[in-house]
Amino acid sequence: MYAPDFAYYRADSVAEIGRLLRAHPGAKVLAGGHSLIPLLKLRLAAPPALIDIGRVAELKGIAVADGRVRIGALTTHAEIAASSDVARHAPALAAAAGVIGDPAVRNRGTIGGNVAHADPASDLPTVLLALGASFAVATDDGERTIPAGKFFQGMMATALGDHDVVTAIDVPAAPGGQGQAYEKFSHPASRYAVIGVAATVELRGETVGNVAVALGGLVPAAVRTGSVEQALSGRAPSAEAIAGAAAAVSNDLGDDLIGDIYASAEYRRAMAPVCVKRALTAALKQASVADAPAARSPWWKPSWL
Amino acid sequence: MTVPVSITVNGQRYDREVEPRLLLVHFLREVVGSTGTKVGCDTSQCGACTVLMDGVSLKSCTALAVQADGAEVTTIEGLADGDALHPLQDAFWEKHGLQCGFCTPGMIMASHELLRVTPDPSDAQIRHGLEGNMCRCTGYQNIVRAVRQAAGTTAGQP
Ligand SMILES: Cc1cc2nc3c(=O)[nH]c(=O)nc-3n(C[C@H](O)[C@H](O)[C@H](O)COP(=O)(O)OP(=O)(O)OC[C@H]3O[C@@H](n4cnc5c(N)ncnc54)[C@H](O)[C@@H]3O)c2cc1C
Ligand code: FES
Ligand code: FES
Repeated sequence: MYAPDFAYYRADSVAEIGRLLRAHPGAKVLAGGHSLIPLLKLRLAAPPALIDIGRVAELKGIAVADGRVRIGALTTHAEIAASSDVARHAPALAAAAGVIGDPAVRNRGTIGGNVAHADPASDLPTVLLALGASFAVATDDGERTIPAGKFFQGMMATALGDHDVVTAIDVPAAPGGQGQAYEKFSHPASRYAVIGVAATVELRGETVGNVAVALGGLVPAAVRTGSVEQALSGRAPSAEAIAGAAAAVSNDLGDDLIGDIYASAEYRRAMAPVCVKRALTAALKQASVADAPAARSPWWKPSWL
Repeated sequence: MTVPVSITVNGQRYDREVEPRLLLVHFLREVVGSTGTKVGCDTSQCGACTVLMDGVSLKSCTALAVQADGAEVTTIEGLADGDALHPLQDAFWEKHGLQCGFCTPGMIMASHELLRVTPDPSDAQIRHGLEGNMCRCTGYQNIVRAVRQAAGTTAGQP
């Protein structure tokens, strides 16, 4: 398959990306190309020009400072999955990056491209929403920050303007006593998420504290599920409390459920509480390990697990 | 529009003018003439087109030749040292890790990546590491055996 013809420009800096985007109306930036090139080959997109940002060094790398992990937009899924900083401070993000596609896809695909593309079957929007991440964006007149809750607006639709470039993703470092998990029901061939659930759960002694749960693959854009969060927060953790909270996800799914030849809307609706329950159970297990009196002793197991 | 690129393939440098839309796999097959790398699905799912770029695997049906400008690409033709097969090639031969052979170049390059990242993989890690590569003939058992045999040799080193 051949993409339609396009002009090609290469940027060396963030400032130059902006200049090139302004000079070539309708141009698209090219990062890892693992969403954009398939679209071009299928002729679902035909931009007049591509601005290759793949060599912009200032967009690469992972740093921990001020209680957050800052990940450059061009950092690959493989780099995120292999980072000890991400594993320590944002374990659900490390887990999600490690189950994207396959190794060759993870070697090329970038976190910035993943969120800008905003495919409902992607993993990272879901997990970044649950973790309360925010996006640093270079615009025509400077920089702005967009919280994940305002970034994802619909099926492949984001708050980004035509000339906006995601430069970095800031993820708050997990506070003590918080457990995180990402539960993925993968499509068996593409490995995209049929359903993805990201959960963070805080354990305060014998009570569940703050809970955040985000859903992917079910509705056109990744969303938080307030019903599940409220149903579990403040409760004593138990298998029943988890199951009850997971069932509440159906209140938040609405009528716009995704369905396709692999998984119908009805099937996804039925599987949603199952995936939520698994994510909550795994996150609580992590939280109880973090909270264990003899910290992290391998044999410690809470009675309710 | 054409763009000048300089891409080193299996140690030999190619300076060419290419259309920006030219895929890396077509650069390899049609410009360089190295047809070992195959096009299977053409939609980044089957792995038949897997090659190494600067030592790291990628699916060359989902990369533009212009993205490889300045890079060193290794294809299946670049693994053997003269008549001496690479340990992975030896192992696929000995363990009968192929039948029709169409998936094999990609399968071997993906196995190369697997051993680079995980030099001593378990069977589960082998299966997981090759999950982006499809074979329609072997049933995978012999492929896993081949990779297991190659592990522990210097297979992961370029
Ligand atoms: C076979 C296969 C399987 C996959 N499986 C999964 C999966 O399981 N889970 C998953 O989450 N993803 C999956 N993906 C998608 C993959 O993660 C993509 O790499 C990712 O979604 C896009 O990142 P990219 O760097 O390749 O972006 P590109 O394809 O280069 O760009 C994608 C879009 O984002 C825009 N863009 C890129 N970077 C920026 C930026 N910094 N600022 C603003 N806009 C930008 C581009 O203009 C384009 O519109 C899969 C892809 C393939 C081919
Ligand atoms: S031809 Fe590239 S992955 Fe199938
Ligand atoms: S040997 Fe025929 S496809 Fe793998």
